[in-house]
Amino acid sequence: MSTVRVLVGTRKGAFVLTSDGKRKQWDVSGPLFTGWEMYHLKGSPADPNRIYASQTSGWFGQIIQRSDDGGKTWHQPGTPPGETMTPEGTPKGESNKFVYEGEVGKHLWYDGTPHPWEFKRVWHLEPSLTDPDTVYAGVEDAALFRSTDGGQTWHELSALRSAKGNLWQPGAGGMCLHTIMQDPNHPERIFIAISAAGVFRTDDRGKTWRPMNRGLKSQYELPDPDAEVGHCVHRIAMHPSRPNVLFMQKHWDVMRSDDAGESWHEVSGNLPTDFGFPIDVHAHEPNTVYVIPIKSDSEHIPPDGKLRVYRSRTGGNEWEPLTKGLPQRDCYVNVLRDAMAVDSLDSCGVYFGTTGGQVYASANGGDSWTAIVHDLPAVLSVEVQTLR
Amino acid sequence: MIRVVLPAHLRTLARVDGEIKLDIEGPVTLRSVLDALEARYPMLRGTIRDHVTLKRRAFIRFFACEQDLSNESPDTLLPDTIATGAEPFLIIGAMAGG
Repeated sequence: MSTVRVLVGTRKGAFVLTSDGKRKQWDVSGPLFTGWEMYHLKGSPADPNRIYASQTSGWFGQIIQRSDDGGKTWHQPGTPPGETMTPEGTPKGESNKFVYEGEVGKHLWYDGTPHPWEFKRVWHLEPSLTDPDTVYAGVEDAALFRSTDGGQTWHELSALRSAKGNLWQPGAGGMCLHTIMQDPNHPERIFIAISAAGVFRTDDRGKTWRPMNRGLKSQYELPDPDAEVGHCVHRIAMHPSRPNVLFMQKHWDVMRSDDAGESWHEVSGNLPTDFGFPIDVHAHEPNTVYVIPIKSDSEHIPPDGKLRVYRSRTGGNEWEPLTKGLPQRDCYVNVLRDAMAVDSLDSCGVYFGTTGGQVYASANGGDSWTAIVHDLPAVLSVEVQTLR
Repeated sequence: MIRVVLPAHLRTLARVDGEIKLDIEGPVTLRSVLDALEARYPMLRGTIRDHVTLKRRAFIRFFACEQDLSNESPDTLLPDTIATGAEPFLIIGAMAGG
């Protein structure tokens, strides 16, 4: 019997929600790391018992946590609990050491002046598709780090910041690298997205990077709406069977690329608003895409107080509202960029978490929804593991 | 023997209850106390001071004998009552919020 494990990061801790394949009864465990901001938790595709978590605090900084038993127990990689000596000697305690490599350099600050890169937190952890000990970290101020020893040590793929990093600038939430996507057909290829810089791609495992923003238009955000970098990309998504097709929720506009990011075209179509944060793709239908429209960049609430997921079965342009089981009045929550995910059961499950602390699930591709937990702290991220 | 009190979140990370007792050889300073603390609890590295610069994190405070020593030089000798263990050395999460 398959089971589903939903990993939820919130402003005040992490939660693990589990169910069998029917996805009707849910067990809620947590909070883990109570009181800490849990930006993201994600399991390794190569070993589902291996889960990485980003734990942060304005007081105490960044912590990386790791579980090797599916979330039952956790430790900081390289520092086993209760032991000050390991077979390798005294632990160095470097699992939270994120140091930019080479010259730190400067990016644009909110006021347009140059500002030095300063590490703040890990927004997103992306485990390798094939090696449980390899994991990527997207951080603020925007950079990509990689660990090949299970999170014990981290090294920046610093060539990324050479891709016109001097012109990147923070969005309202900070200058974060929030999306990391590995191409399953080309192990050397990685896509990343930064707010507010855009999409970048490497075809050589991070040695060189190119901006991939042709076709994006940011008319009210940038002085040159067609600029090569500087776009506020909120999220990108792909289906693993078709990695050349990418979908994007930009600050404004839902976009699609059919050539691995070389060019983009708008597919907002009949959406009530094309502002939003998350975007995801159905597990078995590469042309079925989900977004959650939000009224505007200045309001960050659902239009008309109605929480609606929009689904396109045509790869964009034609969208239908999915409302069954979702609040259709007096709802003013937001859904953040890392807070939507899908499972891979035969009937694809779709999940999202809100800033109001609800996690909604659909076991039928979005046709109907249930709040599987109601009153968590504000949800920052949702990931799903399908366990067979 | 030095007595160190950690804020709750760092006690959780270090998996300790109550005060920590550290033996320090040589001068008892902010630096030597933090060096000894991090050597014994490496999971705390980076949470109190920066890994590279060793500067105190912005929202961390060091209190001892009803004094705020946060901005003292790392090599300033701590009061005798701290060095002898009569009083604890307090590592505090600063008030920040509304």
